Amino acid sequence: MANKLIDLISISKSYGNNIILDDMNLYLNENKFLTLLGPSGCGKTTTLRILGGFETPDKGQILFEGRDITALPPNQRNLNTVFQKYALFHHMTVAENIAFGLKIKKKSKAYINDKIKYALKLVNLDDYENRTTESLSGGQQQRIAIARAIVNEPRVLLLDEPLGALDLKLRQDMQYELIRLKNELGITFVYVTHDQEEALTMSDTIVVMNQGYIQQIGSPEDIYNEPVNAFVADFIGESNIIPAIMLEDKLVNILGANFPCVDEGFGHNKPVDVVIRPEDIDLVPPEQGLLTGHVTSLIFKGVHYEMEVMANGREWLVHSTDLSPVGKEVGIFVDPFDIQIMNKPESEDEQAVVLSE
Amino acid sequence: MNNKRKKYLAFPYVLWMAAFIIIPLFMIIYYGLTNRNRQFTFENLTIIAEPSNLKALWLSLKLSTLSTILCLILAYPLASILTKIKMKNKSILVFIFILPMWMNFLLRTLAWQTLLDKNGVINTVLTFFHLPLINIINTPGAIILGMVYNFLPFMILPIYNTLSKIDSSVVDAARDLGANEFQTFLRITFPLSLPGVISGITMVFVPALTTFVISDILGGSKILLIGNVIEQEFKYANNWHTGSGLSLVLMVFILISMALVSKYDKESEGNIW
Repeated sequence: MANKLIDLISISKSYGNNIILDDMNLYLNENKFLTLLGPSGCGKTTTLRILGGFETPDKGQILFEGRDITALPPNQRNLNTVFQKYALFHHMTVAENIAFGLKIKKKSKAYINDKIKYALKLVNLDDYENRTTESLSGGQQQRIAIARAIVNEPRVLLLDEPLGALDLKLRQDMQYELIRLKNELGITFVYVTHDQEEALTMSDTIVVMNQGYIQQIGSPEDIYNEPVNAFVADFIGESNIIPAIMLEDKLVNILGANFPCVDEGFGHNKPVDVVIRPEDIDLVPPEQGLLTGHVTSLIFKGVHYEMEVMANGREWLVHSTDLSPVGKEVGIFVDPFDIQIMNKPESEDEQAVVLSE
Repeated sequence: MNNKRKKYLAFPYVLWMAAFIIIPLFMIIYYGLTNRNRQFTFENLTIIAEPSNLKALWLSLKLSTLSTILCLILAYPLASILTKIKMKNKSILVFIFILPMWMNFLLRTLAWQTLLDKNGVINTVLTFFHLPLINIINTPGAIILGMVYNFLPFMILPIYNTLSKIDSSVVDAARDLGANEFQTFLRITFPLSLPGVISGITMVFVPALTTFVISDILGGSKILLIGNVIEQEFKYANNWHTGSGLSLVLMVFILISMALVSKYDKESEGNIW
């Protein structure tokens, strides 16, 4: 428990009748990359703004190293934010932007100059001190925004969809850059995004949110391979989510065919949802398959082919590097450990939370 | 191709500008620099040095500066509050504040005359309650009141516009970087709102400096502003040359004051400089 840096305890927040966060509990550890992931309106940005001090929760507590900071204004919190639209001060030069926080703290001139140099080097923009912010590209502005935040040596850096406005290639470069920065600085990053690929690439821990509720917390591998419900499975990558019946431990009946799996403890003849990732489905000769069907569509995606296979009244999405032409009779086979079993949502409320997006 | 064609759309305005701005300006310069015998002279400019004219100019500068400062003091906090109000029909609120602009300027000033008159509405009410009467009609105070009342919307609007365009995340960023509310205002909000402040100052100071209607109505005919002097040259002395010359001098003062103001605002583009 010693390295629990920030603790959010039963945080609730609503605007009028609109509940943004409902009784949320979450803690952050030191020196981790934590990502809040979810569709727009899921409460991830509000969570970040509550951390930063820009919103006050209606209920709940925020502890920073055990100290209650719920009522502290942003300027008294030991964390800094990188805003979605960079929020640079356009009436100042790059150097003045970076120096802003340090000048407020009345640091010496020499210290500030050293820090500016160091920060610009860190974000690969040496010698940009005297440029105006408006002469910079989006990616460069984003780097300055990061530099401006980290010179204050925050314990936690909050990033609100910082790469959202950048083009794909730049976004990928910046992802690696951010990971490098985090490792060099040794501070905690809290990153908000709706881009699942970004989340999977960078995070130590992903918090999947929807409609003000945390759906799942886990490592990228956990979240991808073992989604706890249909929402998470659907939101993180493509998947086949199929209603099925758990016959007994390690055996599930999917659309009338029995599939061996590795899950236990669901009981007998229990309705469940099954998640199978498209790349985990093997297309085999019909006689070797657990199910048989025929290919109904075929699209070349670059790295792989995307195929749809009609089997037992359902389209199965399949990714494979091997091509099976449309109309071909194929067997479907899935390795037992590639089948992820999920409980059906228990109540209608939960169902609504899980399925509405 | 398209751009080339678009250029012609500016043609009506160019015509307008030439006919009603450029040519009259040259005529003023011409009249201002000649005498009745059409001979070149600086007399019309140097006439400003006459004690009565100097006094009028000095009073105009003083009253218009004071009115501008008062407008700024009243308008900035108001504009700032208007920006922060979270309301669906905020534009209606803004509309109410600039509503006076929709009424006839002369009517508004005459209304003040009726209100402030020795036997006017305000004093009638005060007499009724046995309170001491106010006696500011025909004083510089009444002129300042008239200027502030008439020109305040011109200060509110541009300041409100720039303030509402400031990205709230910039303010958040300053707070995030450790600035308290006052520091944030001083270093971020105010500098970013300067273009609005400057156009507000311009839009209040210039008409206040040149007005003759307000001083006529609320100052009686006792208080002469430079605007009144120029008016009299044209209307009663029928001396276009002296009137134009004094106008040119006034123009120089306006340009000087605007230059002083914009010196403190290097970033803002598109203002008078």
